[in-house]
Amino acid sequence: MSAVPVDVAALRAWIGAFAADVAEHQEELTRLDSAIGDADHGANLARGMRAVVAALDSEKPSTAGALLKRTGMTLVSTVGGASGPLYGTFFLRMGTAAGEVETLDAAAFGAALRAGVGGIVARGKAELGDKTMYDALAPAADAYDAAGDDLGAALRAASEAADRGRDATVPLQARKGRASYLGERSVGHQDPGATSSALLLAAAARTLG
Amino acid sequence: MKKLINDPADVVSEALLGIAAAHPDLGVDHQNKVVYRADAPVRGKVGLISGGGSGHEPLHGGFVGPGMLDAACAGEVFTSPVPDQVVAATRLADGGAGVLHIVKNYTGDVMNFEMAAELVTAETGVEVVSVVVDDDVAVQDSLYTAGRRGVGTTVLLEKITGAAADEGRDLAAVADVARRVDAAGRSMGMALTSCTVPAAGQPTFDLPEGEMEIGIGIHGEPGRKRVPVAPAKDIAEMLVEPILSDLDFTGGEGVLAFVNGMGGTPLLELYLMYNEVAKLLAKAGVTVVRSLVGPYITSLEMAGCSVTLLKLDDELVRLWDAPVSTPGLRWGR
Repeated sequence: MSAVPVDVAALRAWIGAFAADVAEHQEELTRLDSAIGDADHGANLARGMRAVVAALDSEKPSTAGALLKRTGMTLVSTVGGASGPLYGTFFLRMGTAAGEVETLDAAAFGAALRAGVGGIVARGKAELGDKTMYDALAPAADAYDAAGDDLGAALRAASEAADRGRDATVPLQARKGRASYLGERSVGHQDPGATSSALLLAAAARTLG
Repeated sequence: MKKLINDPADVVSEALLGIAAAHPDLGVDHQNKVVYRADAPVRGKVGLISGGGSGHEPLHGGFVGPGMLDAACAGEVFTSPVPDQVVAATRLADGGAGVLHIVKNYTGDVMNFEMAAELVTAETGVEVVSVVVDDDVAVQDSLYTAGRRGVGTTVLLEKITGAAADEGRDLAAVADVARRVDAAGRSMGMALTSCTVPAAGQPTFDLPEGEMEIGIGIHGEPGRKRVPVAPAKDIAEMLVEPILSDLDFTGGEGVLAFVNGMGGTPLLELYLMYNEVAKLLAKAGVTVVRSLVGPYITSLEMAGCSVTLLKLDDELVRLWDAPVSTPGLRWGR
């Protein structure tokens, strides 16, 4: 068990790190999305995360639930497309599960992560293998749960599983979203949503563990 | 890129300023990018709203007015509106009898409208029912895709459902009319050229001189196939045949035949196409009783057209003929 649980400052650092990673990888996300989507994932998510950072800086939420819910609401209001509701729902459900507390232990963070992933399924109706962000997030949540109660080890396992899930989207044929109109022509391309989701878990492993 | 714009970032907001200036009977919420009937909400009438990415004008803002939509929200070009915008439009349209959301079947649109419906119901208690339009026969297997896209039938559905709401029907009955129209409509489109999203500055896809894309979506999504440009009579066959093989349009009270321009094709060619379509329908034993020709659901400056057939019954004919007064469709008042 990590000595330090996840507190509000750590969550804020996670969100900040994800925003920076999305900005750094914006062109890569856009390039992946222009191959099988509509070439706006990088720009939309970067715009949304900039707005999230600004909102958290001005509001300074004092609980885990408030911080995660503010993150979700801001993404819903600023991103648009499909990724706005999907990432927004992820953080909203995470925040609801976390509750109005100042710290989360490994089990509580895992439960919140699981709730967030459940929100993605409820919103997007995706199944494993549809070539979506769920293909990175579902194995990440599973790996987190399987890793036991050491927060750092669980987050590293989750991040590695998300990376593998992201890579595994390459040979898949898309069955959701705009990419699905391409049919077989979507095979051979890495899913942009799974790519940004792997960034989210990598940022968690760096900042929360 | 040559366009009549100032700054690519301001295209949607400046077009909305133009709508407000040109149509005093419409109101515009510039912050939320919502066009609404200036007299909205109409007390006791089911409110009708729609919305989607910009670039399809006159859809949807040009179909706001008596007999059609109460409000419409405009996303960025080819990008669905966010829930806040849909919530604002729903509030403007809520006359106490509930609000119908008319949503074209694209993943982003469906999710943003769904979130908005949850939010606005939780905030205000207004009853919201959503109807998703999915009429594009170019997308074949909905088990392995996001399903058929919402295209030409959307225009006809907004008109007919608007008339049903005008008659004072309740929300469930209005939604039922909308679902019947969606089930009875089929469309197929084609492109001769690409379109250029202002913010991108480059054509969305490459379409060499001498080739055309059959089964195109209204955002430059890929179609069924790319083939050499052919005479209009052959193109008409490529569009009409998949529609007729998807649904039986013979019998009943006949059909409404709608030849739609994608934005860059002149009416001269659209009427020429209509003639070819009408000949094919006559040969197939399909009776045309109503028609619509013109650019009503466009894809920026894309050249090309789509064909929509809507199977009619007595009631749908009557609702189609009912008065309408919007920038895009106007008759009978």
